[in-house]
This record gives sequence, C-alpha cells and structure tokens, in this order.
Amino acid sequence: MPKPFTPKVVTANALLEGDVIYMTTSGWTRDLAQAEVLTDEADADLRLIEAQSQPGSIVGAYLADVTVQDGVPHPTHFREDFRATGPSNYAHGKQETVKQERF
Amino acid sequence: MYHYTDFDADFLTERNAQFRAQVERRIDGSLTEDEFKPLRLMNGLYLQLHAYMLRVAIPYGTLNSRQMDQLAMIAEKWDKGYGHFTTRQNIQYNWPELRDVPDMLDALAAVNMHAIQTSGNTIRNVTADHFAGAAADEVADPRPVAELIRQWSTDHPEFQFLPRKFKVAVTGAQADRAVIKAHDIGLRIVERDGVIGYEVIVGGGLGRTPMIGKVLYDFVAEEDLLPTLEAIVSVYNLLGRRDNKYKARIKITVHENGIEDIRARVDARYALIRPQFTGVDQQMLARIKADFAAPQFRRADDATYRAAYQNDPLFRSWADTNLAAHRVEGYAIVSISLKAHGKTPGDASARQMRLMAALAKRYGHDELRISHEQNVILPHVHKSDLPSVFAALRAEGLGTANIGLISDIIACPGMDYCALATARSIPIAQEIATRFDELKLEHEVGPLKIKISGCINACGHHHVGHIGILGLDRAGVENYQITLGGDGTEDATIGTRAGPGFSADEIIPAVERLVLAYLDLRDEPAETFLQTYRRLGMAPFKAALYPEAESKDRADAA
Repeated sequence: MPKPFTPKVVTANALLEGDVIYMTTSGWTRDLAQAEVLTDEADADLRLIEAQSQPGSIVGAYLADVTVQDGVPHPTHFREDFRATGPSNYAHGKQETVKQERF
Repeated sequence: MYHYTDFDADFLTERNAQFRAQVERRIDGSLTEDEFKPLRLMNGLYLQLHAYMLRVAIPYGTLNSRQMDQLAMIAEKWDKGYGHFTTRQNIQYNWPELRDVPDMLDALAAVNMHAIQTSGNTIRNVTADHFAGAAADEVADPRPVAELIRQWSTDHPEFQFLPRKFKVAVTGAQADRAVIKAHDIGLRIVERDGVIGYEVIVGGGLGRTPMIGKVLYDFVAEEDLLPTLEAIVSVYNLLGRRDNKYKARIKITVHENGIEDIRARVDARYALIRPQFTGVDQQMLARIKADFAAPQFRRADDATYRAAYQNDPLFRSWADTNLAAHRVEGYAIVSISLKAHGKTPGDASARQMRLMAALAKRYGHDELRISHEQNVILPHVHKSDLPSVFAALRAEGLGTANIGLISDIIACPGMDYCALATARSIPIAQEIATRFDELKLEHEVGPLKIKISGCINACGHHHVGHIGILGLDRAGVENYQITLGGDGTEDATIGTRAGPGFSADEIIPAVERLVLAYLDLRDEPAETFLQTYRRLGMAPFKAALYPEAESKDRADAA
C-alpha cells in the first residue's frame, strides 16, 4: 500500500542571497509560518513544478515535510528546523532580523 | 613568501573577469543553475543551508599581514565580520551574496589570493606543515615545492575533470603535522646521502572508506617529482572509477588494483611523459625557493621572556602549551588558539584577524600560517617579544592556552552550515570545551585530540582523532558515534568504533566518562590518552562508555 501523503511545503534558496525561502499562494516568503501547506499530492507536485520553473529567482526547489499545528506549519526533521531558524552558534541568518516581508 | 609574476596576476584578472560575466549571466537568466553550478564550484562558491559560502585557498597555509588584513576587510565588507579557517588551510565566508562574490574575488586578487580549485573534481589547495620554514626538526621547507605544485595543478588542462577531488599535502619533517598519509598524495621531503628527494605516498584518505596512504616510491629526485605527480594523476584520471561517486577517490583505485599494479602503470606513464619535462620546472622551483628565503633572524637577549615565565603563571601556562621549538636559537613558534572555550573552532573575527596581522608584522617577520587544526601560527617570534605578543592576544580573546589539549578540537561546520551534514558538530565541540574548562581538568589530562565530523565525509578528521566523533542522522535524530585510537601523525592510524552512538544530550557525559576513565587507567601522568589506549586496548574504555552494558554483562555472568 502506498504511504499516505503527509503535509508539505515547497522550499528552496533565494538565488541572490542564498537564504531559505518557502512558497506561498502568491510568491515566496522567508518565514516558514507563512508558507502554503500542501495536503494533496497532485497539488504538491504541481506547485513544485511551478517553483522549478522560476530558475531566475530561486535555486534547488523541493518538497519538505511539515506538521501543522493551529494552522501553522512546523518542520518535522531537524535539518528543516535548522533551515527555518539558522545556525546554532551565532544569531545569524533568520535570527538576526525577523524578515516577514514577501520578496 | 611567493611573489606573483605578471603572468600570475594577468591569469587571475582574466579568470575573475570570466566569473564576473558568468555571475551576471546567471542573474539575468541566460544561465540555468545546472549550467552555472560547475562554474561557481570551480571558483570556490558553494550554496549551503542558509546562504552561499566562498572557500578561499590559503596555499600551504601561508599568509602575510597584508593578506590577513584583506581577509578581515572582506569579512566586514561582504560577510558578517568573521571567517572560518578549515582543516585544509582554507578560509570560508559563510554569508556572501551572489552579486558581491566577483568583488570579493577581485579583492582577493589584489593580495595574490584566489578561490580557484577549492571545489570540484580537481587538484585542491596544496597543504603543508604549518611549522614549515620554522620547525626545528625540518629537513627542508616544504612550501617551495608546494607552490610549484600549486602552479602546475592550477588550471592544468588534463586534470579539470578528474573522477573526484584530489588532495595533496607536503611535509618537510619526519614528524607529520600535515596528515600526509590521509591525502590522495602525501609527500615527505627526505635527505639521502646529502641529496634532497621525496617520499611519495598515495591512496590515503578519510571519508566513508578511510585508508592510510601507501608508499609508492621511497625516494624521488627533485627534478623527477613533477613528472611523477603528473604520471600518478594521469593514471588515476583514466583508471579511477566514474561509475560510483563513493568509489571514485584514488584510495579506492589503489585498494582495488593494488599498489604494485598502480606503480607499474605510473612507471609506464612516467616513461612516456618524462621527456616533456625539460627542466623549466626546476628553473621555476629555484626562483620560488629564493622567494622563501628565511627571514633575517636577530640575536637578542631573552631576559624579558625568562622573567615573564618566572613571574606570570598565565604566561607560563600559555608558553608551556602554545609554543613549539624553532630551528633558530632564541626564537619560538607561536600557535594562536582559535579554540577559546565555548567558541566556534576555527572562527576568527575581523578584529582578531587584524590583531594577528599586526602582531605578525611587528613581531613575526610578517608571516602567518593557518594549521589544519584550525589555529593560526606566528612561525618566527623572538622569545623576548613573547610577553608582548601574549598580552596583545589575551586582550582580543586569543590567549587561550590549550594547543593540543582536549578543548583544541577540530570540528567541521556540520549541519549549522553544511548542506551535506547529517548532524551538528560545532555545538558538540563548544560543549565539550566548556565542560572540561569547568572541570579544570584539561591540563591534567594532557595531549588529547578530539576531532568531530558532522557526516561520513569526515572533513573534521574524526577517523584520526584520539577520540573521534561522527554525527549521524538516526531515524530523524542527531546521533554521535565515538571512535578511539585514531592518529593523524607519522604513525597514522584509523580509529576503531567503540559501539552504539549517543544522542546529542548523551555525548558530552560519554566523553567525560571516557576521559575520567583514562585518568584512572594511565600508568603515570606522562602516559597520554593515546598511549594508554594503545597499551590497554578498547575494553576498559568501552566499559566506561557503556556502564549499563557492563553491569548487565556482570549480572549475566553472576
């Protein structure tokens, strides 16, 4: 039996800054909480193809697993947790400034 | 110090202009990422977890103050005010933006530096003993030949698409401080009947299949070295496996074909290409050697040193730990620890870089070295200047007296930065150092090398750590395996895995149990951790690591 589909977000790195970004319904965000959560497999595949068709602004798009609590996506794996927060030895990257803006 | 010729400068200018145009074409959409990636990697630019990373070569680990100042300037202007020194004598900037990288490369070129071949399946930065030119036990300075190899390998048309990356290390001393037996090619300068030549070791490497290099030739004459190297890499280029990335390094080629077969092939290739080497390389080597002439050492009284050593316990502790014997009387080699307890191993702020540059200029004949153990060396300091040097270092958080001790840990960037990592390394190193600082035990424990890698690729050299720690992802949780008894010196040994791994919470107490067990087990304070391990083997250390299994075994036996 195929594994049941678990919720996902589309994630990538921004071409110019290299920062971790997530797909929203209308573009991209640097904040996982604002990402579009995909609960349907066909829908997720389609969104990933859409992301991959933007090579001029993003690099290396893929689907990352999330769990949804109170409507907000959270990483399921520690690697995605680090990507969403930044390094643990300095308050650099996403920890420096809370960048909520879309880009 | 090697001085760039017009040819070198023109080559770098042209190469940087090419990369600038490639970046522009990537940004305007003319190049896809698939097209751009090999181009950026050839110029040392990676895309990691949170940002781009620019890896800059520090050939054979040698810098002057002007270069160190420029590294500080780059860190402040285009990064976050610091740089990370690596186990291959490179510096990595963790936060550059794509648009800025061409300017960073131009700034590097202004001080004769570059990021060429710090990535990709090419011959990488040639590393050397960080005490080169200063060590008391040296046959000859390894840097001139390392520079010759850098020039030969840079943009070598035959070797731009090797089966896999290729690393060369050189030492000029019997004591191996450059881990030459864990390199694709390791070279040791030897003297036979008054003639200088090279012992050539091939097929060493760490990673998922660690191997100690094997001696291919025990003596190669100076003028035969470059054709020998060219023959080796040429044989590997054709014979090395391209079907499986994990079997593509020369260590596997040597292992699968046997050293005799490799030697026969290299001999045949050498016979074919030797006539092409007409001696031009030896003329170049002679010119390079002149660039590396020893500084004008001075003779002076060292009363200030002796007085400080007598009267200042902090200075004495630092001098006992961080100084090494210099070949010239009255001088010392200073190792500056980039391992302050609780800080990130190998990181230096721009301020710290500037201070080290200033000290090198004022007290150190304008020379600095980066060690593969992620520290900075002032190779030539007169003993009378050591109290001033120490005071200045202390004021900038660089006075830690821990070289070769338990908190002088090699750690790769791990999952805090690296896209390949399976677990974090840096926080583990920080916590071990902090814990043993609290216990005030590290000087009593004595020489002990802990090396931590955040994945099987072993950038943190865990296989050759007395205590090696390998971070893995076990079912979505960070897990740390311990290996014991590794050694990266001339007695190179791959460590043995102790048993099941530990969680991030368990690994620090596990290391503590191990070290406390050593203190109980050693014959006398002079017996090091590694000596005790070699004398007693794994069993007593395993018992300390896994007390529950031990007590269960006893209960079962009873």
